[in-house]
Amino acid sequence: MASLARRRATDYTVKAVSTGFAVLSLVFLAWILWTLLARGLPALGPQVFTRVMGPPGAGGGLLNAIAGSLIQIVVALVIGTPIGLMCGTFLAENGRNTQVGNAVRFVNDVLLSAPSILIGLFVYQLLVVPFGGFSGWAGAIALAIIIIPVVVRTTEDMLNLVPIGLREAAFALGAPQWKVVTFVTWRAARAGIVTGILLALARAAGETAPLLFTSLGNNGWSVDLNAPMASLPIAIYQYAASPFEDWVALAWAGALIITVGVLTLNILSRLVLAKMK
Amino acid sequence: MNFAPDTSIDIASAVNRATAPSAQPKLKVEGLNFYYGENHALKNINFEIPEKRVTAMIGPSGCGKSTLLRIFNRMYQLYPGQRAEGKILFDGADLLSKTLDSTVVRSRIGMVFQKPTPFPMSIYDNIAFGVKLHESLGKAAMDERVEWCLRKAAIWEETKDRLHTSALGMSGGQQQRLCIARTIAVRPEVILLDEPTSALDPISTSKIEDLIDELKQEFTIVIVTHNMQQAARCADITSFFYLGELIEVGTSSEIFTNPREARTRDYITGRFG
Repeated sequence: MASLARRRATDYTVKAVSTGFAVLSLVFLAWILWTLLARGLPALGPQVFTRVMGPPGAGGGLLNAIAGSLIQIVVALVIGTPIGLMCGTFLAENGRNTQVGNAVRFVNDVLLSAPSILIGLFVYQLLVVPFGGFSGWAGAIALAIIIIPVVVRTTEDMLNLVPIGLREAAFALGAPQWKVVTFVTWRAARAGIVTGILLALARAAGETAPLLFTSLGNNGWSVDLNAPMASLPIAIYQYAASPFEDWVALAWAGALIITVGVLTLNILSRLVLAKMK
Repeated sequence: MNFAPDTSIDIASAVNRATAPSAQPKLKVEGLNFYYGENHALKNINFEIPEKRVTAMIGPSGCGKSTLLRIFNRMYQLYPGQRAEGKILFDGADLLSKTLDSTVVRSRIGMVFQKPTPFPMSIYDNIAFGVKLHESLGKAAMDERVEWCLRKAAIWEETKDRLHTSALGMSGGQQQRLCIARTIAVRPEVILLDEPTSALDPISTSKIEDLIDELKQEFTIVIVTHNMQQAARCADITSFFYLGELIEVGTSSEIFTNPREARTRDYITGRFG
């Protein structure tokens, strides 16, 4: 009986401690969201979306930063998704237990956890220095490098969940491997793969470090990928540390826009997953 | 019970003679050895599968019967480390020859698996997928082919109003009959069935057994089963495998009433396996 009482006490203690920490982490999350809303909402006037960044006190907005972010993210997605998808497919369909597969998987894991500023520096050396300037292309490619390992990983994981029997059934009808993959395994795993792409997108949307040395930021309106390009994270970085009240307010507004965007993507990916299940 | 009208075909002796008069061998296995890496899984198999008959392969788990089935349509080639030596003649061509294309072999020798494996698409597309691999049919011809094979698989009545809904919403028994329809749709000559009813309830099982009886009019059927009543009910020829060897082959009535080998008798009477 003593031991039963002790077990119950242990059970109660562990439950209490884990619940406590869960609540603690939620408190911080709520606190962050609350601060963001409290400071961001008042600053979120129409001029944020209609005017480009301007000098302090001139009533500037974030239009160019929003446009720049969208452009760079879309270009990054267009570059990164096919590469990530193909690489993940290779790992799951051809690279199981092969030396090449294991090497690629290892390198991808390293890339997945590499500090993003390192990726910024890499692209700086690769594209900015030789081509003589910061550019939207460089920013987009740095973001693509952020996206690729996430897509590779989720694609491989999701394809690994597809039963071998389904592939064998397609092979047994006389399908060549590329048709088995495109018509059967991708289709079976599509919800998971789309979720992975959306999550990668969400991650890229909030990155500042890879853009610092690549697209640099731009205070004026520019949609030229060959020139320095503005982006929300860089604008926040620039404005939040400034001494000007209206700039700081705009930084909060920008942070709120990114957060809402990322949250929307996350919710969307969950909906996609739920709908396809 | 539906044994072939002439139970006089004795495949065991037909192995030595060239052909039995009433049923040409569709597949002829000669000196087949199979290896999973170092593991010698099939040992010197000599065996004939007669055309338009049902041939059952029985034996305890791990005896090599499924392995042999998977050699017939070259599924083993998907896995490095598995290799076959010897010959399997299929209408005179060696199935194990590297010059023969696997996709062509598989279109002529179809396979249905133990668990139903519908593709995540509509019932119609499940069938069209396989057909499109080998033929380009117009819409009307494809519609016709879909109906033809669903009727053959005795599932047309249940599916005709929901052809464009997901195949994943069907019951297990329906899914398995869809998989059979999908295999038939490619119009193979041989259909391999790997324990096709082991995941199904008794009613679905009996539907599939009836279906097998129908299908042997047009197709050569090879079935692996753990269910000896099923082999006795469905198969014209039964072969018994044990530890990678073909112990005995004969008409099902012979094997189940008067086996020559003691090991076969012990197995079918449930003394081991």
